[in-house]
Amino acid sequence: MVPVPPGGPAAAVPATGLRARLGRATGTAPGRLRLAGALLAVLTVAFGALTAWQVNSRAQAAERVVSYSQPLSQAAADIHRSLADADTTAATGFLLAGAEPKAVRDRYEQDLATASRLITEAAARTTASSPAQGWLTTLNQQVPVYAGLVEAARADNRQGFPLGGAYLRYASDQMRTVLLPAAAQLTAAENQELADDFAEAKAVPWAAYGLGVVTLGALVWVQIRLFRRTNRVFNPGLLGATAAVLAGALWLTVAGLDAHNGLARSESRGAAPLRALNAARVDVLTARLAENLHFVARGSSTTYADLWTTTTEHLESRKEGDGDLPRGGTLVTALRLAPPDASPAIGDARTRYEEWYDRHAAASRLENVDADYQGALDATVTVKEADVPKSADASFSAADQGLANAAGIELKEFRQAAEGIDGDLRTAAVAVALLALVAAVAAARGLGRRLAEYR
Amino acid sequence: MRKGNVRARSVTAVALLASCAAVLGAGAPQGAVLPAAAAGQRAPRAEQAPQQPQADCDVYKSVPASTEDGPAVKAIKARRSLVIGVDQNSYRWGARNPNTGQIEGFDIDLAKAIGTALMGDPEKVTLKAVPTAERIKFIQEGRVDLIVRTMTITCDRLDQVAFSKPYFTTSQRVLVPKSSPARTIDEAVNGKTVCAASSSSAEDELKARPKVGKIVTVENHLDCLVLMQLGKIDATMTDDGLAASQAAQDQTVRVVDGEVRPAVMGIAMLKNSTDLTARVNQVLADYHSGGAWRAGYDRWLKPYMLNDADHYWPKEQAR
Repeated sequence: MVPVPPGGPAAAVPATGLRARLGRATGTAPGRLRLAGALLAVLTVAFGALTAWQVNSRAQAAERVVSYSQPLSQAAADIHRSLADADTTAATGFLLAGAEPKAVRDRYEQDLATASRLITEAAARTTASSPAQGWLTTLNQQVPVYAGLVEAARADNRQGFPLGGAYLRYASDQMRTVLLPAAAQLTAAENQELADDFAEAKAVPWAAYGLGVVTLGALVWVQIRLFRRTNRVFNPGLLGATAAVLAGALWLTVAGLDAHNGLARSESRGAAPLRALNAARVDVLTARLAENLHFVARGSSTTYADLWTTTTEHLESRKEGDGDLPRGGTLVTALRLAPPDASPAIGDARTRYEEWYDRHAAASRLENVDADYQGALDATVTVKEADVPKSADASFSAADQGLANAAGIELKEFRQAAEGIDGDLRTAAVAVALLALVAAVAAARGLGRRLAEYR
Repeated sequence: MRKGNVRARSVTAVALLASCAAVLGAGAPQGAVLPAAAAGQRAPRAEQAPQQPQADCDVYKSVPASTEDGPAVKAIKARRSLVIGVDQNSYRWGARNPNTGQIEGFDIDLAKAIGTALMGDPEKVTLKAVPTAERIKFIQEGRVDLIVRTMTITCDRLDQVAFSKPYFTTSQRVLVPKSSPARTIDEAVNGKTVCAASSSSAEDELKARPKVGKIVTVENHLDCLVLMQLGKIDATMTDDGLAASQAAQDQTVRVVDGEVRPAVMGIAMLKNSTDLTARVNQVLADYHSGGAWRAGYDRWLKPYMLNDADHYWPKEQAR
């Protein structure tokens, strides 16, 4: 029969009996050897199992990051951006009225189609208990309502009714007070899940490291005791077991650090810049929307001029900073966090944004100082081929495109850094488990030889 | 089918108008009849409306018409063009036709007629869209010479700019969906959710009615029509002309019988260029007597207004 494991609770056995049996087991040399063998077997197997379990849970988290939470987070950001883009494009098309180019109409429809598709996909992939589900339901209900209001605006505008403008402003109001906040909340919820998965995948498996150290310590201690007792320097079995545990611990360390670095890089060069970039992209769209709606309102409101001011301030603060403090804003943050590959694209976008800002100011002067509404409108959005490159619309489109390019680059960086980490971790888990088994067998055989000498 | 009861009612409406000579515009309590103030003099504030500052003035009074070109008119003629501030958002009054890009409407025809009469050449007239809130500022800063933009003559405004003689009478009306059984303003607004443009005369009027269920204020009167179409409000109060423009854009709403808070519109210009005002008054008188006023009315407003054209031409008051 196997002796009772040392220190085992064994509540059924009376304390005195347990102590007596332990005394008998440790009192003789073979007893002590058996005990040491059992101890080493338990430790090595436990080390292998614990490591496999801990590393595997990190592998699962890393897999979720790549194939679940980051795509969902990006999908949420894309829903937000598509809806904002739809609203902006609807206003552009409205201003161009009868002359609305097919491309503008297509872009609006593409935006709504993208948003609807992403909402459906996200709903299918999100668990029923997730807070994201509620926001998805709101979005699902409100997108068709919004589309209906925009169509009413178009129909009225085609008949020359100023009511169309009122409808479009109402639709946009719904977008900005119901749909976009829901999309922002959805993005926040998905970003939180992503952050949780990142944290879980990056967590250091301290327990596995600890047990590895204890196991190695036990192996060394048993070998020292054996050396003192038998004067044989090496016990090949125990030595092999030590080597195997050491290899396992090394594998664990390398794979762990590797995964940690990869995940940290994917976050710092991919996920975090993407979050900043997504915020900047929505702001750019909102600024464009404010610019368009200002003309839709035809001078009957200052709401949209104010919206332009607050949004551009949010993009890149124009207030004088305190001393050397850099100017804040989502665009500035996106540029600061951008990985080297994406920086030029964002830099270009920023240049075009500055140009757009200046053109907007020029159009505002035309409208407010010279009271040239048509001139201001033409400087903002026009269908005349020759004037298109000089319009605020052209600068906006270029800035928007620059940011879209940067998003593509950052998404690629994220994937490159994060992909394969889960596979590496799984391999490490299996390898450490196998090495621990090898160590257990080797230790048992090494001690078994010594034990055989007592027969 | 509307015309029948309209005729009967227009008699009382005219009577009411005649009695309310000086109450126009800035919020007297409904039904209050104040004596017309002596020309040029400022009477003390009306005792019966302490909550609303009520300056007495004569909104019908302006400089006598003249064909003479004074210094202000000469200065404008020396320039390349006469700049007239207009609206581009009031359907049938002054609205940008989205399909042509041109501003058109009753006010626009009048503005062009004045410009042509003054400058002798329609090419020398520039129409500039002016935001509602900036109308007085634009005049005072000389960015526009005249404003023809459904601008109500009020005592407050008379302190800041000069007005021509009034060229149109409006009052506050109530719009309801055609399915509504309401026959009077009281029936249409009492206990109901009613919409009005913020800081408009309509809002003042609704606030003065304690029985109104709920007042919804919006930035533009057209926002009320959107809310009405979406079933979020029961009725809209706005002025005669704008009510007509709303009814023109939606066949399923109607204007309820009855009108309150009569007011008159005038052409605004700089206070100290009296010769320009006199000249504009002459053009205005000719515009009306020559039939152009009625032609403009027939072209832009008639299909949507409830009364005859004569009802809307401000009557000279017997002082």
